[in-house]
Amino acid sequence: MSTPHLLVHDHADNVGVVVVEGLAAGTKMLCVITHDNSSFELVSKSDVPIGHKIALKDIGSGDTAIKYGEDIGKFVADVEKGAHVHTHNLKTKRW
Amino acid sequence: MATSYSNMTFQGYRRENGRVGVRNHVIILPVDDISNAACEAVANNIKGTLALPHAYGRLQFGEDLDLHFRTMIGTGANPNVAAVVVIGIEPGWTKKIVDGIAATGKPVSGFSIEQNGDLKTIMDASRVAKEYVHFASELQREECPISDLWISTKCGESDTTTGLGSCPTVGNMYDKLLPEGIYGCFGETSEITGAEHICKARAISDEVGDRWYAMWKAYQDDVIFAHQTDDLSDSQPTKGNIEGGLTTIEEKALGNLEKIGRTSKYIDILEPAEAPQSGKGLYFMDSSSAAAECVTLMAAGGYVVHTFPTGQGNVVGNPIVPVIKISANPRTVRTMSEHVDVDVSGILRRDMTIDEAGDALIEMIIRTSNGRATAAEALGHREFSMTKLYRSA
Repeated sequence: MSTPHLLVHDHADNVGVVVVEGLAAGTKMLCVITHDNSSFELVSKSDVPIGHKIALKDIGSGDTAIKYGEDIGKFVADVEKGAHVHTHNLKTKRW
Repeated sequence: MATSYSNMTFQGYRRENGRVGVRNHVIILPVDDISNAACEAVANNIKGTLALPHAYGRLQFGEDLDLHFRTMIGTGANPNVAAVVVIGIEPGWTKKIVDGIAATGKPVSGFSIEQNGDLKTIMDASRVAKEYVHFASELQREECPISDLWISTKCGESDTTTGLGSCPTVGNMYDKLLPEGIYGCFGETSEITGAEHICKARAISDEVGDRWYAMWKAYQDDVIFAHQTDDLSDSQPTKGNIEGGLTTIEEKALGNLEKIGRTSKYIDILEPAEAPQSGKGLYFMDSSSAAAECVTLMAAGGYVVHTFPTGQGNVVGNPIVPVIKISANPRTVRTMSEHVDVDVSGILRRDMTIDEAGDALIEMIIRTSNGRATAAEALGHREFSMTKLYRSA
């Protein structure tokens, strides 16, 4: 298998993690779902640092972010498929 | 790498009480902050000893004082310690700690400074410390079954790669070694927030799970909600976590819990620095998520090897317990290689499986237990950080 750009924990997830350094906008990313090693492709919308997340589909403000198949917080802005997801558009539901 | 873990052995120091250590320290332990100077002077006089200076031990009371004594006694009692010199400002609390450590059967002596002064105390304590170095340096390692290992875990400067790689590596190790009879320990109470429903369900029974949940909820109510001045989003996750791509505490917690693997269940809950009393298996210790505090508490609970997944590169060590660093982040492995004992960045490239990574960690645990110095030991990281529950009187 080629080296993936993005890893996704679970089929239910709507975000994935960039696992290469220097990912540039417009990259056609190889994305692998670690649960079963299935893969798909997705184009990045911006430069995203290693370890940061990318939206797997268009998401609306107020929607729940899903990673590990679990709730990891709420989106506070609309996010386009392929866009960077972090503290500017995702917040905790806890404290 | 053998796939039969039950036949694995390591070379350890079997202590008077039957427990096995992987290090052979002679420590000079201050009861209180004002005895640090005398302890450091003794350690300077007598080569092969190690002073453990810390910030507390005066005017503490109640549960906080109990934790102080538990941490002091537990540190001295840890099987990685061959013998202990205890120095306090006065004889009462000094004797309490000496008596607690003496229950293990190992050599321990106490000295108090009042009515002696630092200089006489340092001279008297140095003479005993020298005898302890002679004693410890003649002890021999012997072959011990892997079931004699007590292995704790706590992750630090986590990022999204810890949940993908280094934490599942530790989880895989526990899934393989807990059935062989080791003692395990995880904790970090605040850092389970967002995954508490999963953690509760990983208890051995509903009763243990209910006790775990009550402990976690009490922490939320009595510590976080009682003291917070903001939404904690700058503290938990930390700035380093956020730099590494973790956005929320829920995301951090789910990655953190990967450290207990797929099949392991915890059998009991420990107070901070408390030694396990329910036999072999995995324990949850109610503990801070700050690295040095958490490792210090687990060492005081009797754990002899610590496995530490890191994403962004936490550099923590401990004076008496080897801390094995595991990282899956290729940038950290490249820029901070001197801190990494086990490189599992191949998991992110999909050229290393979690199973292979777990075996690599087990191999490093055995080598470390046999005497290999960890990166943190070689770099001189000896963070000894007492947990304090509230203000002193």
